[in-house]
Amino acid sequence: MLRSRIRVAAALAVAALVLAACGGSDDNTSSGGSSASPAEIKVFAAASLTAAFTKIGEDFTAANGGTKVTLNFAGSQALATQIQQAAPADVFASADITNMDKVKDLAGPPQIFASNQLQIVVEKGNPKGVKGLDDLANPDLKVVLAAPDVPVGKYSQQALEKAGVTVKPVSQEQDVKAVVSKVLLGEADAGIVYTTDVAAGGDKVEGVDIPEDQNVVATYPIATVKASKAPDQAQAFMDYVLSDQGQQVLKSYGFGPPPTS
Amino acid sequence: MGFLAVPLLGLLNQTPWGHLLAELTTPIALQALRLSLVCSLGAVAVSLLLGVPLAFVLARVEFPGRNFVRALTTLSMVLPPVVGGVALLLAFGRRGLVGRWLDEAFGITLPFTTAGAILAEAFVAMPFLVISTEAGLRAMDRRYEDAAATLGAGRWLTFRRVTLPLIAPSLGAGVALCWARALGEFGATITFAGNLPGVTQTMPLAVYIALETDLQAAIALSLVLLVVSLAVLISLRDRWFPTA
Repeated sequence: MLRSRIRVAAALAVAALVLAACGGSDDNTSSGGSSASPAEIKVFAAASLTAAFTKIGEDFTAANGGTKVTLNFAGSQALATQIQQAAPADVFASADITNMDKVKDLAGPPQIFASNQLQIVVEKGNPKGVKGLDDLANPDLKVVLAAPDVPVGKYSQQALEKAGVTVKPVSQEQDVKAVVSKVLLGEADAGIVYTTDVAAGGDKVEGVDIPEDQNVVATYPIATVKASKAPDQAQAFMDYVLSDQGQQVLKSYGFGPPPTS
Repeated sequence: MGFLAVPLLGLLNQTPWGHLLAELTTPIALQALRLSLVCSLGAVAVSLLLGVPLAFVLARVEFPGRNFVRALTTLSMVLPPVVGGVALLLAFGRRGLVGRWLDEAFGITLPFTTAGAILAEAFVAMPFLVISTEAGLRAMDRRYEDAAATLGAGRWLTFRRVTLPLIAPSLGAGVALCWARALGEFGATITFAGNLPGVTQTMPLAVYIALETDLQAAIALSLVLLVVSLAVLISLRDRWFPTA
């Protein structure tokens, strides 16, 4: 009885997989017809850009005759590695200059398109009463940071150095969203993330400001990838991010303008 | 066959043979190796402690819903490990079903600890031990146990001197598979236990992290895992592919 039921379940599972696979290959064939006008570009973007670039992608598609934008969000260090390993990216938007530099031979000249700042993310109501970076040194507090290779992890380290605080994190996460989710789940008491991620984290978390003299300005460069099969659309997307419309969307999600220096 | 072998060749082709030893003796690699050993052996210990009695119950005790329990036992074998990690968080996390109580009563929190990594590995690897042990128990001739009992041996003595030696090959195979699976565990571990060098960053996690920063180190660590997996397979070869 059970065995026959398992067999039915297995058959259903296989059928579902086959259907899913068919769906996937349909996508591939449509994008494979390269010269057809509704082209597709793949944008590799830092995890902190998730909400803003999703919106920009939709706007761009609407404004460019249906050019499809597929977004791949992860820690910039992961994206840089993927591009080094010849992943099919058309545009790369990094949360720091270091990771953009890693692919400089593979990408066009980068341009800074946004800036961001750090905030301490805590649970709603700040149950542990975190007031600043100093409090993160408290050994009773479970603090998560991003790993040192992740842009926000490196920025966090810089801010902590400025404040003269040593923090022993309980985990080093692979992108900024993972830091927020650990606080959201209640597994960690505090983490250091971008102000934009606190806003994107919803009403279960809140941010504790880091004073100007301890804070770090994160700069976001964007570039087209040389190996792109749709270089015109890639350039158009980059231009769109730098345009007034693109900048307006970034601003609405809490990003600052490119730092003037 | 080629489809299965080519990735391995790719790994071997890129292996930095010249400075393999240097790559494997960096502090971060050594830390990961040591931690992986501790965690995987810990997971095997937990699996033996919980899994062998479970195998006994499944093999020897008739009870309603036994097939359901057996299916449940093997669920974590087919469950995507990251889903296992989420489930573990919701059960043993600080806000979890059991975890909340553990935290309040004893001040124990498992996420972000080595114990948490062991738990995650055991969760995924234990079914291998249970299945193999249960099969061994079912295949053995129980008359040996009856004979021992008629000769006056107690239950514990019978288990130690008769049952255990008879199921030893199955148990051994189960332990080897369980250990190999625990050693390779990634998804549940990174989800539930996080990633901190020396505490929860086992070898698969170190490979994943190194891939983004130091490809050579990632390849060297991958090679170690490959060799271990091969060794386990070869040691079990006679059980699975008996040479006629």
